[in-house]
Formats: sequence, structure tokens, C-alpha cells
Amino acid sequence: MSKIEIRNFNLYYANFHALKDISISIEEKRITAMIGPSGCGKSTLLRSINRINDTIEGVKTVGEINIEGINIYNDNIDVDFLRRNVGMVFQRPNPFPISIYENVAFGLRVNRIASSKEITDQTVEKSLKSVLLWDNMKDKLHKSALTLTLEQQQRLCIARAIAVAPHIILLDEPCSSLDPVATRKIEELMIQLKDEYTIVIVTHNMQQAARISQDTAFMLLGKLIEFSKTDEIFTNPSKKETDDYVSGRFG
Amino acid sequence: MRHFDIEMNDLQNRLLDMASLVQEMIRAATGELSGKDSKQVEKVYSLEKKVNIQEIVIDDKCLKLIALNQPVGTDLRFITSAMRINSDLERMGDEAVNISRMAKDLIRYKELKPFEDISKMVLCVENMVVESIKAFNTSDTDLALLVLKKDDEVDKLRDKVIDDIKNIMVSSSSPEVIQKAVDLIFVAKSIERIGDHATNICEDIIFMVHGKDIRHPKTNS
Repeated sequence: MSKIEIRNFNLYYANFHALKDISISIEEKRITAMIGPSGCGKSTLLRSINRINDTIEGVKTVGEINIEGINIYNDNIDVDFLRRNVGMVFQRPNPFPISIYENVAFGLRVNRIASSKEITDQTVEKSLKSVLLWDNMKDKLHKSALTLTLEQQQRLCIARAIAVAPHIILLDEPCSSLDPVATRKIEELMIQLKDEYTIVIVTHNMQQAARISQDTAFMLLGKLIEFSKTDEIFTNPSKKETDDYVSGRFG
Repeated sequence: MRHFDIEMNDLQNRLLDMASLVQEMIRAATGELSGKDSKQVEKVYSLEKKVNIQEIVIDDKCLKLIALNQPVGTDLRFITSAMRINSDLERMGDEAVNISRMAKDLIRYKELKPFEDISKMVLCVENMVVESIKAFNTSDTDLALLVLKKDDEVDKLRDKVIDDIKNIMVSSSSPEVIQKAVDLIFVAKSIERIGDHATNICEDIIFMVHGKDIRHPKTNS
């Protein structure tokens, strides 16, 4: 079932046409990877899915991004609600300089989701369990999040994103600051999370896209060149540009 | 367990399932040949279809595992060996089909005495197949080496069978007997080829476990 339906979507940074007539249907509870050389527009497209680009001056969009059938660029959309439903994790782990517990509870408090301390405690526990941090952290919940390793910090950021019960998680190069072992652990986590969430990931690392995603979009110069099942993209792509890119001939 | 490891286990299990089907084909074909089980041809054909499908599925799985995971070291050796073992198993199945196709008519010709040695070949080859699959399942290179040694025994039996058949052909004046004798040579060849595929599997097991390529020792030296 299609969770995110992008139709004829265009984005301009002032006069620069960054995304050109993109149409993709992203399915529910799968990992969709966006790959392509630097500047191809993959991060811009990802950030359009929860309207984070709105914060950039001069951004203009044309076309639709429908989530569960509703165009998120409609005038009456509650952007705060949208961003709660569409969580985001960034390149560098960015925990707040507060305790581990407070990091996870932050979204619940800001959005006034938890009605009691008991519910907050339960949500923090569930979120930390989802990212496999609970067993190690349950006795250190009130330590500063900045004392964690980079991999643990990124797990914490994912826990913070899922604490507010989103349906979709966007990940913008979530492993680019991690070493190979930590990268593998985060990848395994993503594979587990896909059973509950629709995940869209932007990655420069083609091998990562191949390892973890079920669908892959290849972008070039603001255009979507090919969108297909990941195994098709990496074994038998239909477009020459895709073949050249995945086989390392350019980019 | 890593997602990749789950996929690798699945690959191994699929190969073992395919090996069971092939063993069943060989049993059915040789059973028909010995006259113990008649009307096995249909069974062999039906199993062959399943084996062919498995071959395609396993090849596709190996291709995707390589393309999507960029395996190295032991993992890469396992997958490349799996591809070769897959091909050997399918070819064993083809040989079983060849045997089965000719067996039905052959057992009626009592003059063709080499049956006794053919039975010895069958026993030896069936054992090689079972042991090679066991060695693959347990990554047992000692067992694989033992299987490799048995190939000479099969080759000797084949040579003896062919000599005997030649004698029958020389002394017989019946064109029908000569035709059946030729068929029997093909059967002996097919049985021996099954043994060769079992040795190929064992060579792959040694490459898979130790990274050592022991094929074509004369060429390599």
C-alpha cells in the first residue's frame, strides 16, 4: 500500500530548479533508499516530505506530496502535526545536552502527548527498547546524552523520533559519521524498525542502500532517473545512467 | 542474528533441500536400473522440474546476495561455492534422468552381465553423494577429502564395466544386444559423472572452508 505519493513535485530555491517533476509512490513498512551524486536533490526531496525545507527562505514548491492520501502542501496542514507523524534523523547525531531520559521524553512534552509521568516512563522505555538501548541504559537514564558513543547517540535520536509515534521516519545519511561496526548496527536496527514504520533514507553509500532497502530511487540533477525494487536497481537497472552510477563509472 | 546471516542460512538450507531432491532422483533412477523399483521414470521427471526451479531460485539468490551485500572473505567464498554446487546438483539430476530413461529397457537383457559391477558403482556413487552433502552441511573438509579419494574407485569400476561390455559386443551377433550394450555404456558413464559432480562439490567445500583451490592439481603445479 502506498504511504507517500509524490506527484509532479518541483522545488525551487529562488531561481534554482532543484527538484524537477518528481513522481514516486513509496510503500508502507518498507525501506526506500534515495541515491545519487552530491547535489542531485535527494536530501531536498527527503526534507520535502516533512516540509523542513519551509524554513529556508525563497523555497517554492509546485506539485503534491500526499501522505495517507492528504497533500501535505495544502494550506490547512498543521505542520507541527505533520512533523510529529513524519520523524527525522540527521547526518550527525544531535542529542540535546540533557539526560538520556529527557531526550526521549522531549517530544512527548513539547507536543503534550503524555498525560502522566507513568505514560512518559512507559513511552521512554518502549522507545529505548525499540532502538536496543534500554538494556544498557536503564540504570543510566539520567546521565547526559552527550556521554554516549556516536552510535548510541544516533540510536537515541532515533528513539527520540519514534517516541512521538510517527508513521514515517526520514533518515538523512544517518551513518555518515559512524564507523563500519556502528554503521552495521544502525543498519540492522533500521531493518527491524521497518516492520513498524515506513522508512525513507538518503545515503551516499550505495552499498548501504543495497544492503538495507527494498526500493531505491536514483536521482540525477534534480530528476528522478529510476525508481524500482532495490535488487532490480543493483542487478538489472533499466536506465543506462543508473547502471553507470551503481557500477561506479561516474559520481 | 544479522539480516545477512539469515539470508546466508536460507541459501544453505535451499541447497540442502535441492540436494535431497537430487538424491531422491538418483535413488529412483538407480532403483529402476536394478529392477527393484519399476515405473520410476515419471517420478524422476517430476523431481527434475523441481530441481530446475530450485537451480534458478538459488542462482538468483546468490546474484542478489553478491550485488546487495558485497560479501568478502568467507562469505564470498561460500556464495561462489554455492553457485557451483548448485550447478553440480542440477547436472547430477540430469544424469539421473538419463539413467532412468534407459533403465526400463535395459533390465530385460539378462545377457548384459556387467550389471553386477554397475551395482557396485551405484553403491559407491550414492555414498559419495550423501557424504559430499553431509560435508557441505557441516563444512567438514576431512569428510570431503575422503569422498575425493573414492572417485578413483568409481573410475576403475567404470573401466571394468566398459571392458566387459566391449567383450559382449564383440561376441554378440544380435544388433539389439549391441544397441542395449551401447545404452549400458552411457548408463555407466552417467553414474560415473554423478560421482564426478560429487567430487566437484567436495573441492568446492575445501575452497569454501580453507580458501584453497585444489581443482586441476597437475595444471596448478
